[in-house]
Amino acid sequence: MKFEGEHLWLGSTGHFFVILAFIAAILSTIGYITASFKTDGPDKRSWIQFSRYAFFIQSASVAIIFATIFYICSNHYFEFMYAYKHASKELESKYLLACIWEGQEGSFLLWTIWHCVLGIIIIFKAKEWEAPVMTVVGLVQFFLLMMILGIYFFGVKIGNSPFTLTRNEIAGPIFSQPNYLTFIKDGVGLNVLLRNYWMVIHPPVLFLGFATTIIPFAYAYAGMQTKRFGEWVKPALPWALISACVLGTGIMMGGKWAYESLSFGGYWAWDPVENASLVPWMILVAGLHTMVIYKATENSLRASYIFAILGFVFVLYSTFLTRTGILGDTSVHAFTEAGNAMNIMILSLLGIFTLPPLILFFFNINRIPAEHHEEKINSREFWMFIGALVMFMAAMFIIAKTSVPVYNKVLGTQIAPPENVEFSYNKVIVMVAIIIGLLTAVAQYFKYKQTPSANFWRKIVMPTLVASVITAICAIFFPITFYKEGPGFLGAIYVAFFAAVYSAVANAAYIWTGLNGKLRSAGGSITHLGFALLLIGIIVSSGNKQVISDNRVTGLDLPFRADPKQKEDLNENLTLVRDMPTRLGEYQVTYNKTSATSEKEKTLYHLSFEKKKADKTVSEKFTLEPEVYVGKEGMKASNPDTRHYLSRDIFTYISFVPAPNSNVDTTQFSVFDMGEGDTVYFKNGFFILNKVNTKRNEQVSNAAFPDAELVADLTYTSADSSHYTAHPKLKLDSLGVYATDDTLFAKNIFVRFAGVADGHKIKVGLKSSDSLIDFITLKAYIFPWINLVWIGLIVMTLGLLLSTIQKFKVRAAYAAVLLIAVGSALFYMFLLAS
Amino acid sequence: MKKSHIIILVGIAALIVGLIVFSAGDFSTYDTIDAAKKKPGKYVHIIAKVDKSQAIEYDAVNNPNYLAFYAIDSLGGSTKVIFHNSKPTDFEKSERLVMKGKMQGDHFECNDILLKCPSKYKDDKKQLEKTINDQTSVPTN
Repeated sequence: MKFEGEHLWLGSTGHFFVILAFIAAILSTIGYITASFKTDGPDKRSWIQFSRYAFFIQSASVAIIFATIFYICSNHYFEFMYAYKHASKELESKYLLACIWEGQEGSFLLWTIWHCVLGIIIIFKAKEWEAPVMTVVGLVQFFLLMMILGIYFFGVKIGNSPFTLTRNEIAGPIFSQPNYLTFIKDGVGLNVLLRNYWMVIHPPVLFLGFATTIIPFAYAYAGMQTKRFGEWVKPALPWALISACVLGTGIMMGGKWAYESLSFGGYWAWDPVENASLVPWMILVAGLHTMVIYKATENSLRASYIFAILGFVFVLYSTFLTRTGILGDTSVHAFTEAGNAMNIMILSLLGIFTLPPLILFFFNINRIPAEHHEEKINSREFWMFIGALVMFMAAMFIIAKTSVPVYNKVLGTQIAPPENVEFSYNKVIVMVAIIIGLLTAVAQYFKYKQTPSANFWRKIVMPTLVASVITAICAIFFPITFYKEGPGFLGAIYVAFFAAVYSAVANAAYIWTGLNGKLRSAGGSITHLGFALLLIGIIVSSGNKQVISDNRVTGLDLPFRADPKQKEDLNENLTLVRDMPTRLGEYQVTYNKTSATSEKEKTLYHLSFEKKKADKTVSEKFTLEPEVYVGKEGMKASNPDTRHYLSRDIFTYISFVPAPNSNVDTTQFSVFDMGEGDTVYFKNGFFILNKVNTKRNEQVSNAAFPDAELVADLTYTSADSSHYTAHPKLKLDSLGVYATDDTLFAKNIFVRFAGVADGHKIKVGLKSSDSLIDFITLKAYIFPWINLVWIGLIVMTLGLLLSTIQKFKVRAAYAAVLLIAVGSALFYMFLLAS
Repeated sequence: MKKSHIIILVGIAALIVGLIVFSAGDFSTYDTIDAAKKKPGKYVHIIAKVDKSQAIEYDAVNNPNYLAFYAIDSLGGSTKVIFHNSKPTDFEKSERLVMKGKMQGDHFECNDILLKCPSKYKDDKKQLEKTINDQTSVPTN
């Protein structure tokens, strides 16, 4: 059968370039392997030349594949499964990119694109390291491209092509008709939870972070392959810095996205998917520090190997966790089961890049030089190493807990997460925060090898005092009120708070006392300062997070509640009936109206917040508009809205709305004849008709076809003597008569202008019914000082960037421009745009 | 590796192991409804689904923090469940629930529900087939 309206050539083009890219990846890998085992000479150079061309062809093909998918999705060619599954016509075009990386295939493609970009930089910059480093990049590309290959090999399907046809993938009666495409009006579209601008920016940054971890890994391999066991550290270090910088930013963008658009009530929840990307970052940071130690003192080379290898291995492990569906019951947002063949491919990718490098490492361990003298306890490298080790151990702790579903699968056990998941992490991580905070505070004041002790104490005494004073002041005036896990944990939080403040103060001070204000070489101190601010922000915003939508509204916060079992925050939801002001913390909140948006199911709920002074005058007024996607059966997804202040955020989201058609109303209107000034008693109150206003459209109105609008002005006084006004309308024109009802939501009364009666009276219809109640259920939190989290992250990113720039010896002017550009972009994204 | 490193490494490892052992109570188990009923008061995870033949009680106007319904698991066990929170999105449409909580008297006192909904899984082909057949009305011959 010949199908009409399909654009099959696009699919063939895309598929051709997938295969071309795949073959080019094989060729460039083989070429680079061959070259890396040859000694310098024309033969080696020609192999490298060959591999470069293959890599360029591969990169160009990957770009074409991406462009083809983009074209298919942006033109809504629903004959392609990818467009049908992920795109839709109603979707705003800014989400088009998000559609592409919503699917498995698209996100693998994004990853390969970044590898191509990094590979090209390596080709031009890595000089003698090119062949072994690119061997690794090429091999990973081979695996990633295989994931989107979608061809059958001896009856087994290898990978999922993004160019499959809808009619081949799913069954349905329409596909037996040649003009089936005319029946598909729209695609499924982007999951409503993902319709947020962070979804456009967060995946590319995160995947660039993931992609960069391959470079230190590849250099570690190159060090062993070339038997230049220590020399790889120098060229790899700037890449480790870039990786920590980009991956860290990508992770926190994910956190900000969760905070801005998902109704988890925060930016971090120790969800397995979050953990899986945090762990490689922590290992990378550990590796970064051991590499710095090696460059300065020739210590810690073996640890650098281990961390560089494991950083990448855990990126692959996180791919395994999130994409094979193994997390199933424990994660809110893991991908689903991708099919057996895909799982095997992901597992073999993990295996091939874990075991051989580690075997190679242990095989070479005695040839890897190590310093055999003991480090002094007053040397910088000693404390840096301890810090790196603690960071690594913390990463292992997190991943060990996250991997429980894997143990269950392998061992057949039935272990489930604990009752309070967050606390089970926090109680260990708070210790890590204390150690890391203290170490980042003092370690820089030590010198490498050994430190004259008078020198050390003279410089450290001031920051120690300042930090103690700040902590004391905060503890007295802005105490942390996290009582629910008991005094022990609260004490630990205070110590962590001190450690973080100490680290911030000591690092800021070090820029002047240790480096004489030379900002260019202060990358490390600035990074630590940012990290410390981030820690302070986390401690304060989470420790003092406050639920203000508490139905119990007692106004009392009893420390160490009598019933210790009452740990869970029950009663976090508050019902707001339309037009009825309700108390929410120090605010009076009214849900006044809803408004539609350009997306068909998205509705904005207007909540007006008022804060009153003692004399009842309004001191502050603002509106929040949380969104809800409402389908036929009720709520589908909810996006929060947040009021940002410098010192705190008021965070609200709607947790429940009634389904629109559940309110089938059978009550009839009671009709009353009313003249101006008449009173009618209704439901514990009374209506007065103040006036009937007539608006006549003189231009078209004539005796035969009156064209006018009548508006009744009624006041309702309820039993508690509050007043409400209603303005029902009646419109007459050549086409007929229409009534527009008005509703007193707070009193649940519908008012209709039901017609005109004799003797200058009008007919007013009134009805009241319980099923009419229009309400929403709201959750609202206050996050104090959450801006410190974002500011800390930005400072940390800039510090890492500065260190990287220093290593690449960029000219000061360019460096400044780059830092200012990145800084303002991040500042805009994290603090202004929302 | 230096002696002092080894000592510290061992110290830290011991600390971590200690913490994990100490927090062994930090893990719970997946249980069937019948097994959970045998250990009332013990925190468990139950995988079940909503019993749609019984009424789902949720009146947000009166109390937005009270949801009561009946759950059945694949082995036929059944229990009343009380969840002190708002009714989760797509609750009626869900095919599977992972509920965390404990048995208390006649009901399962639940403090977290994770839903598995067909609509969230675009990769599920059956769901896509249903979607496309709902969307497109095919002219009958």
